Amino acid sequence: MTQPLHIVVCGSIVPDPLQTLEPVSTPAGPGLKNEMMLPAVLDPWAACGLFEAANLAKQVAGSKVYLVSLGPKAKLQQVMMTVAQKFPFELVAVDGPAGGFTEAAQVAEALAGAINAIPGLDKANMLVFGGWASASRAAGATMQMLGEKLGITDQFQGVDECKVQPDGSLRILERIEGGRHQVSICQGPPIVCGWATGNLPEPPNNPQVGMMNMRAIMPALQKAKPAQVAQDGVEWVTVQLPQQRRDTRIVKDVPIEEMAQEIVEWIKK
Amino acid sequence: MEKILCLLHTESDGSLHKSAFEAVGAAKDLAAGLSSQFAIGIVGESVANAANAVAGAGAEKIYAAQGADFAQPKYATDAAACEALAKAAGATIVLAPATSRFSRVLAGVTARLGGRIETNATAIAVTNGKPAVSRWYYRQRIETTLSRPQRPWVITLSPGSLPELQLAPASASVENVAVAAPASRTQVTGIQSPPADAQTIRPDAQLLFVAGAGWTKQQADGASHIDEAEKIILQFLHQTGASLGSSKSLADMSGEGQKILPFMSHLNQIGQTGASPRHPKGLATCCHGEEPHVVGWRFISERRAVNTNPGCGWAQGKTDVLYVADAFELMRKVEEMLG
Repeated sequence: MTQPLHIVVCGSIVPDPLQTLEPVSTPAGPGLKNEMMLPAVLDPWAACGLFEAANLAKQVAGSKVYLVSLGPKAKLQQVMMTVAQKFPFELVAVDGPAGGFTEAAQVAEALAGAINAIPGLDKANMLVFGGWASASRAAGATMQMLGEKLGITDQFQGVDECKVQPDGSLRILERIEGGRHQVSICQGPPIVCGWATGNLPEPPNNPQVGMMNMRAIMPALQKAKPAQVAQDGVEWVTVQLPQQRRDTRIVKDVPIEEMAQEIVEWIKK
Repeated sequence: MEKILCLLHTESDGSLHKSAFEAVGAAKDLAAGLSSQFAIGIVGESVANAANAVAGAGAEKIYAAQGADFAQPKYATDAAACEALAKAAGATIVLAPATSRFSRVLAGVTARLGGRIETNATAIAVTNGKPAVSRWYYRQRIETTLSRPQRPWVITLSPGSLPELQLAPASASVENVAVAAPASRTQVTGIQSPPADAQTIRPDAQLLFVAGAGWTKQQADGASHIDEAEKIILQFLHQTGASLGSSKSLADMSGEGQKILPFMSHLNQIGQTGASPRHPKGLATCCHGEEPHVVGWRFISERRAVNTNPGCGWAQGKTDVLYVADAFELMRKVEEMLG
């Protein structure tokens, strides 16, 4: 019989992908212009991990989902107003910067500290989920470092599927080159999964679940401990938006055959 | 003086992927720029052929962690092998291709070594006598070049971003590094691929064909023509051998229960939450938005787009040529001409 799972999802906030970003210099290193004013969302890959965690928790009776999130408390609260409506979870908030220029090793250290401090966490039956990269640092480094700090050496990255088998083992599909998946069987928890997109749609909002979650989320935000996360001595040579702008030639009001011929010649060139 | 190690792994047939030769070329150039030497470390079941393939690169030493334990790409064994190789070489800088196998383990290895890591670097150079790495933040939206004092410094190189070192095979002398393979609770049981005729992701293709949500929208006659869109797209892929990319909105439709293109999945998605493939040419059709036009083809050299809106602000300035036309009509004609 499968033991209840304790699924710890690590994920923080990122600027809404539709926002235009502009780098600026700050005393602490590079940052984003109006960073605290930018609309934020839960990082898309971590969100996929969270949806998958909720789905797994539904399948294994007694399981529980935690969301461990490092970010500025005020911004976390804004984002949680939406995320909390998806399904039941417990927030573990860590107060600190969520920007992309922070150091992955320090973030991993802070997350490991927060996870180790979760009361009643069953580490033998723990699945540590997160994104295989983020839409901020985009390094794909934090989860592996976190796994090392937690002593977990069954790690998977680019995960699109994690299924609990009848014998309690886990069947995991990881993305590899060429649009293929590597299939692995792990004997069981604990594991670390860095999620790609998975296969689940975003769950619909449920205001009742949202209200229930927020009752615990607000105190969790108030209790959030500050974390020392910085840029760790990096020497930034350049930080800039890509400058390249192409001189676009617009082809219109010409016969379709002419356009097609041009495309065919370009493809064959 | 920096001690540079170039980490490689073998493919299932014992050969090296071309990204390995890109990494060796980067290590060789970096060593020259720093007036230093470099070594190569190879992980795999049997590394003899791979070692011979890079024997002419000028590495001062070739280390190997080889044996049946290292045949399968698994975190526990690969991490142990990479850690042992880095320690054997006394590396202060570790370069490696950002393959799925190394991307799975090298950040963890960095933690074990007490170092720092930069991933998916697109260039590495020597600036003011120090190595400087170029990499993107915020998913290809902010470009940086940085250096750092911490060592060891592990740097993974994005495949396709650097020139491939051309080498003639030679006879290599290999120093085996003993690695006690840790007990692993994980077994790799296979590779899951779509059927050959259904595989639409082709990393080595000359052309990336990007399909946007417009293919599924109402057309001029007031109806959508998804079946026809499917035929046109698949026919084009068949005729040209192109790789297929998708906008996020199109990939998301499957999850939202809308009628979709059945061959399209999240694996095809390009952009901020998808892949950033590298191809010499890209043709975007029926796309609107930043994801496909900006982020998704950041690494596409020649870009063209088909769009009914000549004022599309996402295409202008991002594509070399914008064809203002109905994609159904234009692509049918293209296919007719391709024969």
